[in-house]
Amino acid sequence: MSCTNFPCYGTLEQGTELMNWLEANKDMPGIVLPALQKAQEIYGYVPRPVQQIIADFAHKPLSEVYGVATFYSQFNLEPKGRNQISVCLGTACYIKGSGKILQMLQEKLNVNESGVTEDGRFSVDSCRCLGCCGMAPVMKVNDDVYGNLSGEELDAILAKYE
Amino acid sequence: MGNKVTKIQSLAELNKIKEEENRRMSIQDGVRIVVGLGTCGVAAGAQPVYDAIAAYIKENGMQERVLLEETGCVGICQYEPVVEVYEPNIRTTYVHMTVESAIRVMKQHIQGGNPIAEFTIGSSKNRR
Amino acid sequence: MYRSYVMICGSENCSSIPGHDQLYNEFQNQIKAAGLTDEVMVITGSCLGICHEGVGPNVAVFPEGSIYTGVKVEDVAEIVYEHLLKDNRVTRLLFDETVTVGNARSIEDTEFYRKQCRIAMRNCGIIDPKNINEYIAKDGYQALYKALTEMTPDEVIDVVLASGLRGRGGAGFPTGRKWKFASGNRGKVQKYVCCNADEGDPGAFMDRSVLEGDPHSVIEAMAIAAYAIGSDHGYIYVRAEYPEAVEHLEIAIGQAKEYGLLGKNIFGTDFNFELEIKLGAGAFVCGEETALMTSIEGKRGEPRPRPPFPASKGLFAVPTILNNVETYANIAPIILKGAEWFSSIGVPSSTGTKVFALGGKIRNTGLVEVPMGTTLRTIVEDIGGGIPNGRSFKAAQTGGPSGGCIPASLIDTPVDFDSLSKIGAMMGSGGLIVMDDSTCMVDIAKFFLEFIVEESCGKCTPCRVGTKRLLELLTKITDGRGTMEDLNRIEELASFMKDNSLCALGQTAANPVLSTIKYFRDEYIEHIENKHCPAGVCKNLLTYHIDPKLCRGCTACAKACPVHAIVGTVKNPHAIDTTKCIKCGSCIEKCRFGAIERK
Repeated sequence: MSCTNFPCYGTLEQGTELMNWLEANKDMPGIVLPALQKAQEIYGYVPRPVQQIIADFAHKPLSEVYGVATFYSQFNLEPKGRNQISVCLGTACYIKGSGKILQMLQEKLNVNESGVTEDGRFSVDSCRCLGCCGMAPVMKVNDDVYGNLSGEELDAILAKYE
Repeated sequence: MGNKVTKIQSLAELNKIKEEENRRMSIQDGVRIVVGLGTCGVAAGAQPVYDAIAAYIKENGMQERVLLEETGCVGICQYEPVVEVYEPNIRTTYVHMTVESAIRVMKQHIQGGNPIAEFTIGSSKNRR
Repeated sequence: MYRSYVMICGSENCSSIPGHDQLYNEFQNQIKAAGLTDEVMVITGSCLGICHEGVGPNVAVFPEGSIYTGVKVEDVAEIVYEHLLKDNRVTRLLFDETVTVGNARSIEDTEFYRKQCRIAMRNCGIIDPKNINEYIAKDGYQALYKALTEMTPDEVIDVVLASGLRGRGGAGFPTGRKWKFASGNRGKVQKYVCCNADEGDPGAFMDRSVLEGDPHSVIEAMAIAAYAIGSDHGYIYVRAEYPEAVEHLEIAIGQAKEYGLLGKNIFGTDFNFELEIKLGAGAFVCGEETALMTSIEGKRGEPRPRPPFPASKGLFAVPTILNNVETYANIAPIILKGAEWFSSIGVPSSTGTKVFALGGKIRNTGLVEVPMGTTLRTIVEDIGGGIPNGRSFKAAQTGGPSGGCIPASLIDTPVDFDSLSKIGAMMGSGGLIVMDDSTCMVDIAKFFLEFIVEESCGKCTPCRVGTKRLLELLTKITDGRGTMEDLNRIEELASFMKDNSLCALGQTAANPVLSTIKYFRDEYIEHIENKHCPAGVCKNLLTYHIDPKLCRGCTACAKACPVHAIVGTVKNPHAIDTTKCIKCGSCIEKCRFGAIERK
């Protein structure tokens, strides 16, 4: 099935943006991975209906798109919090106690199993090295990086995000 | 870079850019200030420092004499934010800069000409 | 109201220096001669407070607040004409506090920098990475011009071969040989040039620094590589975790295109080269070359068996070369300065320099670029400034999850590809994590294995199942359930994984475990036989006690205990119920008398 039908997921603007991108890049070899990245940028996560759109467009079975989406840790199949916290668990950060920072955040924010707070304000995750090893331990809230954490500054940092 | 860019086709054209740029970067009778805005620098708060210096230059009409630029990571993450001042034959490395200390550098060093020892990389206060 | 004030220090110290008494009149005369009498006032003021021996006489100019020291009568004219008339500074007389205090003024004056030799990072932290002109000012694109106009593709490969450059991504394969393998059938078949910027080793960030700080050095080198093997298309595969690197690369590629340094007919020759960025999506295994190529193809980034090698059948099943960021960053200087220059740096089997990301328990963290063969001691003690907090050096870990630990007894090992593999460690991509005596080596081995278990792609069984079983064995030991038999099992399993895994991820996964067993066997045995963690890290092997002689009965610990395991009454020694204690350590943090002991 070629995807001339309008995607039936999310808002009209989101659907238009994804379709325009797919159309503009239709000749790109290996489009599935970049398409999923674009979709996640638009929707915040890549639920099954979105995967289906990409599968249809690329003439691939849904299973293949799902396989790619689940292989890479970047993709979320469930929605995330409004503000995404990632604590670096790279070697330098680990040695300097980032595991404790992660635990403190999880307890402070009382996140559920998928790491999201009840009000959807935050999600807490660990991540691989952010490349700021000189400032270990490090965490990232959305695109802001905070280094040299002791744990005491966490409340002040969290207060900045609504 | 200018608006109209011509393609570089020869060594002469490449060298022309090289010479012009070297002249611009080593401004005589003036200084070049670079602020490290790599990931580590930004994480340590280098952006407000850069903005404060830019504003200071504008307020005091120092654009002619001072070239402010950003740069990547010089590799001394623990000392970020790092601000370096290049004068003919002298390089000064200021570390752990804040908006306040950067303004003092602008006043005492850039305007006055006297570097501030307590902020340079060798200061014992800056050892962790 | 005057425009400027010249203040001559009138303190006893300055006045006693010969010539001081003539300064006032000389300033007045010179100012008059310059026609500035109405604008500048000369005063003799109080002490400026810079009274070090031989410094004075001091003169200050306001409102700038410039302080000149050692001013002699014959200097006055220069100060008046340069400073007061032209608003320049008389640099040679300006007071430099860093000299009197003895502080290093610039990074170049520090021990950290002096022992380094920067080739790959030559422009990092010096030029504006968003301005191609600054790269050109530092000899940028000269090497590409030289290659395209003065050298044949084979000559380019010969220079890279002769330089002895080896891949900086981990395995250390000679770069020139890689290029030579892919150089057949130039112009007849499609080929690709790829850059591995999926810097996944936790603790390594030199590639980020180069991409952010000097993206053109990679772009220029990839164009040279493409010319050498006969390709017209390149891909940079970069981690999505590095948004700033991606942004700077995009800007750099755009500027290079505008100048015609990428695209068609570069430098008016018939060489064409296009470059694209591909974003990684968070999978460590994609740092492996075949997995990286599968990922660029948009699929699950799983490795595939070699042969066929990428040089004959790589990306989209055509000949491909893949080098890492730091390797590329060395190419332009090699072409410009020659193979001999490069091979004169370092040691014969490992030429040039290597960038290390110094981290962990060390005073100076950051990126250091040193000649190959520099000893670990120089890196840790001289450049790194040693271990902070009065603790002692225990080991350094190189090569990330594929590497090993170098114990203190081998601190004089030269750091190069062959010396490191000889002692069971590995150069890897250059993460160098320093550990002190508060680090537990069993715990560190476990940490790396947890990482690998998470990141194993699952395609081959030795890696998928082997790493998991290995982790279980280690967990048994750190939980206090280990037996001596487990140590043998670990070694047996590790050698099986090494021989049978599909890619380097599984083949090297056991390295951190094997090298810690090799050099810290006693520590493993202590965990197994005495159920004791000497570094005090492994939670399940720790017990907490209150020393009744030191406890004042303040109740702070009892209040902090989340599980009410501490009992006692005010002003009487407390005690910990070890059956309830969860070993969280909250009590230790709260005790002001040092009465709580962790063993």
